[in-house]
Amino acid sequence: MINLKRALSVWHRNFTVYKKLYKSSMVLNFVEPILYLLAFGIGLSYYLREINGIPYIKFIAPGIVASSSAFAAAYECTYGTYVRMHYQKTFDAILATPVSLNDLVLGELLWGATKSLIYGTIIISVISVAGLVDSWMILLTIPLISLSGLLFSEISIIAAATVPGIDSFNYFYTLFMTPLFLFSGIFFPLENLPGIIKDLAFFNPIYHMVEIMRYASIGGEVTVGGDVTVRRVDIINHILWLLIANVTLIILPFQLMKRRLIK
Amino acid sequence: MEIVVAKGLVKEYNSFRAVNSIDFIIHRGECFSFLGPNGAGKTSVMRLIHCYMPPTEGLLHVFGLDVRRYASEIKARIGVMPQENNLDPDLSVIENLLVYARYFGIKKKEALKRAKDLLEFVGLSDRAETNVEKLSGGMKRRLVLARALINRPELIILDEPTTGLDPLSRRQVWEMIKREQQRGKTLILTTHYMEEAQHLSDRVAIMDSGRIVAIGTPQELMDKYGGSLEDVYLKLTGKRLIETTGEAIKEAE
Repeated sequence: MINLKRALSVWHRNFTVYKKLYKSSMVLNFVEPILYLLAFGIGLSYYLREINGIPYIKFIAPGIVASSSAFAAAYECTYGTYVRMHYQKTFDAILATPVSLNDLVLGELLWGATKSLIYGTIIISVISVAGLVDSWMILLTIPLISLSGLLFSEISIIAAATVPGIDSFNYFYTLFMTPLFLFSGIFFPLENLPGIIKDLAFFNPIYHMVEIMRYASIGGEVTVGGDVTVRRVDIINHILWLLIANVTLIILPFQLMKRRLIK
Repeated sequence: MEIVVAKGLVKEYNSFRAVNSIDFIIHRGECFSFLGPNGAGKTSVMRLIHCYMPPTEGLLHVFGLDVRRYASEIKARIGVMPQENNLDPDLSVIENLLVYARYFGIKKKEALKRAKDLLEFVGLSDRAETNVEKLSGGMKRRLVLARALINRPELIILDEPTTGLDPLSRRQVWEMIKREQQRGKTLILTTHYMEEAQHLSDRVAIMDSGRIVAIGTPQELMDKYGGSLEDVYLKLTGKRLIETTGEAIKEAE
């Protein structure tokens, strides 16, 4: 049903375009995470020295990797995919070749995951150089960033396949992505929040990724006054959560794109 | 040798019948045209043949293969020049061809050779590095034709190849299509222009409201219904081709 080589030819098309345009898009994408680090990390550090035994700027830095890489995949597979599908008619051109719709959707998903990987890796380099990472274990998160990127690509293509028009993505970002970002535990731990917010975090992919990134960045369990605040066993659950979420959603981008494009 | 065989072919969108039970056979090496007003179902027939969507009912075989089962195999042997220019606006002229070649699994070195030959053929060699957005309408159309030929197709589908072009650009595209015809390729054409149909096609099917109302060589149709091909069209569809051509030009503008 799916031909990987053909899916990769779609991936390669996007990569070719990206190589031409990365200079202009790259800078913008890095300004934002660095602004967050500066504004919260430095600005708030005067009032908030540390959280759970971790200096505040080191507390948020790995979280920024999680959110920025998630947003990279989301932008790619909402606006990017929609423009290719609807405005540029790139999908129509591709579907006149041996590439099938399934190959095409897989190529888009893999490309979204790749965008996550690119941005995640570069921000990891930046915070490492800035001295905000304590452990080499951060390197182990790189494949997991692709996994979270794939999940956000799936969610975003589901959105791209169902929105009536490009303006509808405003709802997607305001009502879905922004709350995920703010209540993901990047800037403050969620455990002391009212029950409902804490419980909802379980459904937030960015939250799971933030916990993984922070654990790897610190380099292990963190103990404050006899209490373990970041646990190893939880990390395994977070990874499992990402895997299960990926598998649960994977069929939908294919089905919904088919419903949208092939009448 | 039969390249396309359709029997009782139906395509429905929701409950609207865009293609309403049509039969036709297209033979190797001929240029077969679908002529009809906007909304007659021409583009739907094209999209069924190049396996963009499956038929609702009926039989459709291309190269002797069922479109429902062998879409990728069929598409590998077809070149499509769609009605709308869907070139990649972020890429240069030659990159458009190279990226497209990859979808067919053509190796890089071979793709580069074919791309250069095709640019020569359509007279765009000196524009290879130009961004496609900077091309004129006629040049874009020629590039879309070159792209349709990158896989050396046996069957070429031309969906309104010259709609919206000035007379000179139209002649240039016709010349290129004629050369493909002389090389023994099978062509399927849809058009609004009577002159185009007469100039290029061996046989014509006149479509109206999803049905084929007449089929034959231009000469046969003129003998049977009397007058020019234009008159035949008017008699069969009750519409003047000039009017639809006018609409097409307005659309293109």
